[in-house]
Amino acid sequence: MILDLKKLKLRKINQQLQSIDRKINDRNFTIINPEGNHAVCAGLTEELNVNIKGHVGYYCAGMNQKANVTIEGNVGTGVAENMMSGKVHVKGNASQSAGATAHGGLLVIDGDASSRCGISMKGADIVVKGSVGHMSGFMSQAGNLVVCGDAGEALGDSLYETNIYIKGKVKSLGADCVEKKMDKKHLKKLNSLLKEANIKIHKAESFKRYGSAKKLYNFKIDNISNY
Amino acid sequence: MCGIVGIYLKTKKFEKNLGKMLSGMLNNMESRGPDSAGFAIYKNSNQKEYKYSLCINNLDFNKFKKDISKKIRNLKLNQYSDHIIVKTPEKPKQFIKFINKEFPEVSIVGYGHSIEIFKQVGNPKDVVKKFNLESFSGTHGIGHTRMATESAITTDGSHPYSTGEDECLVHNGSLSNHNNLRRELKKKGNTFTSENDTEVAAGYVSNSLSNNNSLKSTLVSGLKDLDGFYTFIAGTRKGFAVVRDEIACKPAVIAETKNYVAIASEFQAMAHLPDVNDAKIFEPEPGVVYSWGN
Repeated sequence: MILDLKKLKLRKINQQLQSIDRKINDRNFTIINPEGNHAVCAGLTEELNVNIKGHVGYYCAGMNQKANVTIEGNVGTGVAENMMSGKVHVKGNASQSAGATAHGGLLVIDGDASSRCGISMKGADIVVKGSVGHMSGFMSQAGNLVVCGDAGEALGDSLYETNIYIKGKVKSLGADCVEKKMDKKHLKKLNSLLKEANIKIHKAESFKRYGSAKKLYNFKIDNISNY
Repeated sequence: MCGIVGIYLKTKKFEKNLGKMLSGMLNNMESRGPDSAGFAIYKNSNQKEYKYSLCINNLDFNKFKKDISKKIRNLKLNQYSDHIIVKTPEKPKQFIKFINKEFPEVSIVGYGHSIEIFKQVGNPKDVVKKFNLESFSGTHGIGHTRMATESAITTDGSHPYSTGEDECLVHNGSLSNHNNLRRELKKKGNTFTSENDTEVAAGYVSNSLSNNNSLKSTLVSGLKDLDGFYTFIAGTRKGFAVVRDEIACKPAVIAETKNYVAIASEFQAMAHLPDVNDAKIFEPEPGVVYSWGN
């Protein structure tokens, strides 16, 4: 079914996609003329495929559950923010805070993502085929952030249990973020993510893994004078 | 939050449509700034005469025309609602002094050989309509929709700010060291008409340009001297430049085609532009100055 954002109101389209009758078998939708609108496909909860033809604004596919959303263009701030499950695929570039606080699901970005990609993520997987900007993975708690290009300043600042895999150069590491050994289980996970994102030109072995040094986890009495 | 927009035409193809393109961009940025709006258009540069953009506020146009024509013979007036474009060979120093003395209720919004500036309180859609922006032609233009934060909703608090000949600046963000910087610039001879932080940034740019620095190098040194959050678009007679602070919380997106460069706070501001879906679309990187035409 084709939904035209020039003819239908955004709220109407989102409501239609949010209230799919479970008995309906046709689960393929195409949204045309998105024209940079915000919150397109926010709050979807059912298994359906949505293809957005063009550039969208902020918070596209936010809070996504189960749905498979593809954007054939660029996305603004906070694509797939707080995603719970499902898949969001951006064929262009993403603005800042892509996949912010996402708990689950897979976010694939074919182009670059700007600053704070995967900020505070809580279990999602994010694969960026290009590069990410500064403060990516900031305070991220669980999940995997894979970057086939380079990472900007302060990568993984104050992160918890997230694994960050970078193929290219890292401009600088944030507080408590260190390079870590790539074990077999990491290679296995990275290989499966590359496969899911349909990436064949990069091998898992060519990535470096970064994670938390865990020095910020507990209060150190030696630092008492700083407070 | 505010909305900023700009278009620089690389070819002559859309010169007649510049106003139309810019008005669509401003209308689409209403959601980012419903309090006031303004725009600067660069067109028809004539080195022999100056153009002064004046806001006559509540003054009657015919009375103003009569009074000013008595004192200055060689001038042409064009009225756009409560704004007047005065064309005259009179030099800025004397003319500004004259207006401030004879017509204290009139605000000088900007001046130069090429620039025309219009700004007023109200919804962007109404402001754009009131000044009939759609009818304007030109080579480049800059606009702003304001959601007021640190100073009052007035004409003087609206953007663009022009503090030098054919210069203007629009800003999305807030500066934290503007009071100190204003004091320093006042000592160097800059004058300010508002308590607004953006006017200080505009003054900073004017001061640097008057010391023969390029626009690009001015904005590069601004990254050190201006403390706060910002995306700026700074316009000159030749073109414009864009810069975001290094934290880059304030958004900006650029679309470049073979005919034009457009910049806006959000893509939706430029979704109506011709060939935009085939444009090279990118976000300006933090702390990097991008400039066209300068």
